Amino acid sequence: MNSKQLKLKILIVVAILLSGISLLMLSCNGGSGSNSTKSGSNTSASSNNDDNTLLGAGSTFVYPLFSKLFYVYNQQAGIKINYQSIGSGGGILQLKNKTVDFGDSDAPLTDEQTKSMGADVLHIPMCSGAVVISYNIPGVTDTLKLTPDVIAGIYLGQITKWNDPKITSINPGVQLRAMLIAVAHRSDGSGTTNIFTDYLSKISSEWQSKVGKGTAVNWPVGLGGKGNEGVSGLIKQTPGGIGYIELAYAIQNKMLFAKIENKSGNYITPSIASTSAAGNVQLPADSKVSLTNTDAANGYPISGFTWALIYKEQDYNNRSEKRAENLLNLLWWNIHQGQQYCPGLYYAPLSPEATTVAENILRSATYNGRPILPGNNK
Amino acid sequence: MDNTLIGQPEKPLLKRRKAKHAMKDVVYEIKKESRFRKTLIIAAISLIILVMAFFITLIIGSIPSFKALGIRFLYGKTWDPVNNIFGAYPFLLGTLITSFLALIISIPFSVSIALFLGEYYPKGWFSNLLKNAIELIAAIPSVIYGFWGLFVLVPIVRQMEMKTAVLPYGVGILTASLILSVMVIPYAASMGLEIVKMTPLKLKEAAYSLGAIRYEVIRTVIFPYAKSGLLAGILLSLGRALGETMAVTMVIGNSSRIPKNIFAPGNTMASVVANEFTEAAGSVYLSALIELGLVLFLVTAIINIAGKSIIKRFSKM
Amino acid sequence: MNAVVIQYRKTKSTLFKSVVIFFSLLCTVPLLCILYYIVSKGTKEINWHFLIRLPMPVGEAGGGIANALSGSVIIVLVAAVIAIPLGILGGIYLSENKDKKLAYWSRLSADIVQGIPSVVTGIVVYFWIVKPMEGFSALSGSLALAIMMLPILVRITEETLLRIPNSFKEAALALGVPYHRTMLKVIVPCGLSGILSGALLAVARIAGETAPLLFTAFGNPYMNVNIFKPMQSLPLMIYNYAISPYNQWHNMAWGAAMILLIWILLLNILTKLATKRWRVQL
Repeated sequence: MNSKQLKLKILIVVAILLSGISLLMLSCNGGSGSNSTKSGSNTSASSNNDDNTLLGAGSTFVYPLFSKLFYVYNQQAGIKINYQSIGSGGGILQLKNKTVDFGDSDAPLTDEQTKSMGADVLHIPMCSGAVVISYNIPGVTDTLKLTPDVIAGIYLGQITKWNDPKITSINPGVQLRAMLIAVAHRSDGSGTTNIFTDYLSKISSEWQSKVGKGTAVNWPVGLGGKGNEGVSGLIKQTPGGIGYIELAYAIQNKMLFAKIENKSGNYITPSIASTSAAGNVQLPADSKVSLTNTDAANGYPISGFTWALIYKEQDYNNRSEKRAENLLNLLWWNIHQGQQYCPGLYYAPLSPEATTVAENILRSATYNGRPILPGNNK
Repeated sequence: MDNTLIGQPEKPLLKRRKAKHAMKDVVYEIKKESRFRKTLIIAAISLIILVMAFFITLIIGSIPSFKALGIRFLYGKTWDPVNNIFGAYPFLLGTLITSFLALIISIPFSVSIALFLGEYYPKGWFSNLLKNAIELIAAIPSVIYGFWGLFVLVPIVRQMEMKTAVLPYGVGILTASLILSVMVIPYAASMGLEIVKMTPLKLKEAAYSLGAIRYEVIRTVIFPYAKSGLLAGILLSLGRALGETMAVTMVIGNSSRIPKNIFAPGNTMASVVANEFTEAAGSVYLSALIELGLVLFLVTAIINIAGKSIIKRFSKM
Repeated sequence: MNAVVIQYRKTKSTLFKSVVIFFSLLCTVPLLCILYYIVSKGTKEINWHFLIRLPMPVGEAGGGIANALSGSVIIVLVAAVIAIPLGILGGIYLSENKDKKLAYWSRLSADIVQGIPSVVTGIVVYFWIVKPMEGFSALSGSLALAIMMLPILVRITEETLLRIPNSFKEAALALGVPYHRTMLKVIVPCGLSGILSGALLAVARIAGETAPLLFTAFGNPYMNVNIFKPMQSLPLMIYNYAISPYNQWHNMAWGAAMILLIWILLLNILTKLATKRWRVQL
């Protein structure tokens, strides 16, 4: 009985000690937090004195690239960047609520979103990525060719069998049996879906009127998988499956993916080169452009930019000028030195044309009305 | 934490108690006593405030969606974020089907475990092992259930479906229900176990002395006695099943259309919120998801209250 | 004739018993399957470096989960510090005022809170803390987890204290011990290991939660011990790595899942030990 009570007492003492330590930590940090802010209670990320840690949130699509870039940048410049992949919509929401320094989205802001932001937001293209159509037909190891019509037909539920004449006529050498097509799509809202449905809306007026484009849509057929993982799982495991996934994912998992006919009538294999080619078009000054169904002759038709989003006026919420400079320098590094890390992770680097546009956008950012980056920062 | 500190200033007071300040000490103690009672009441009230605050936050969040969609939200059959049409009916249906299916699957298991541990083998190393196993089932995080479901259960279900005429998706309402049924077993079982154990020995002995054998005692004495307790346990596990998020999301197939059969992919309210909240760009969209959360909150609250009142009636018996 | 009937009844009884045993054993199958899967996938990943290093970007070997591990511990610890006092006080109130209206309502509230889906908790805490403070913080994650712990603590404290014989309390009060001392120095210590096991159980329940942390604790690739800043945690890390396209990250997710499972198992074993002691005492 006595020894038991003793053990119990020891347990209690340890528990109290632990809670004491954490309380201490709480109070210490609380003190430093309130010292650094003018308003006292405001311990937000954007107004503490630790300007060497930047916060970003958004697209899951770009997360692997960003984790590599920010790792290297931390070693070179000593700036820590905490980027969390909570989704493009989440990134936009967080930027709007001013909880992060920059957001990242695979889709440019819509008019409604632009209005609700309350201030000018800059879109800086970071890289582009391709969405591939992957399939699993037992006995077929050839690369299928697909036309825009066929893809739209499958996703609208009008083409339901793999031996549909529309498919067999463009794939003469391939043995296709009368197997049901099991359509897979993303269940979670995602930039990948946005790129894919944007493409479908451009090539099929029926899709545009019936479904439309967005990060999540009301799919006419098929089943949803969560993330790239979920969709590719569905494709791999379902005989007759077809679905859209990111290029990096398809290559990593050695999945078959189709050549797709682009606007110029060429069948294009998705690759880093053909995705970069798709992005090598005349960009508008704000860079908000859709790359799907590209005019480029060698361009892969289903691809898109991912944009970093920042406020044009960086002087908000007591942010220091140093912090704004750090942010701009980081993004500048991303679109220049950072681009070399893209191909290794199956992202397509920006074309020279796009880089110039991005430079101009970055130079337009201001702190208290003054430009932050010098005119010809190289 | 304050309470552990109270001891410190007291020691000198205690020594002085024997002297003339005794009266002061009594007043001091009385003050502290009332303070303690107040702290207790505050703790109790804060629980109520918490629920109220949840409710109000969710209501405020869903005002835009309510303005835009009104009551149509509940029976609308289309969920189309592009055109801002949000009808939660497919998800309500999906939630109800998965949860009830999970319950039906889990009932034989949870009742068996309750009888096994409560009646057949209440003691011994093996029942201890089983008890621990059941607790472990409750302890495993739902993300891990989801992974396991995706990698192990889905292929098994797909093999089953290949032999029938349905499309061999593997994921779908049935798979989600299977995972859920495993996850809710501990809840119904532990509740049932308590009740089975509570069956008065007198009743059982009387039955035995009348010549009844084990099975008949269980059927005619324990079951009638434990009926409402088991029902309450099942209701509480229903509450758990309704709100389960991660595991269901990973195996349900995530389709916003009304499921045609139990093999078809579907969606539950929780899985829609988990899937789309991060990417919800429009304000009505976001608000519609919050409204789903509100509906979920209300449904689980009602089920919990119902389970509660059954237990209450039972304990009065 | 009679013998046949008895034989029939006996057979039925045995049959029923074997059905019960069969179902009871069958439900351990998924458990064993899950454990096997995680252990076989996870052990390959785990070594000393895995535990003490920071994560690396894709393509570079040798990344670890030090930030997630420390973050998880801190977030859960702070959650426990917030929830335990409140939960125990609430439990004391409920056990002492069984039939009051307030007790009815707060017990009901505890039940409702327990039923709230974790995703909803995360969203609500986001609107309460993160948005007004304009910043993610480990503290907001802890608060979300604390809310999830609260009902478990309240219920277990209440149940434990109800089992302590009334005579203890009556004896103490009869000796002139004030009410608060009776509760804190007599009744609560009697049920302490019960309450302790409740606390451990509550911690074990929330240690694996992902959804409420997504919008609150946010995550962090660097080591951070400041609870007013974003912090990484194990479940978040598992979630992020599992949905990435890289096998290397998937493997790390399995390793992290195993660490998380070991942690939760340890907490459960501790709970067991505490409960055992408590039963002996009573």
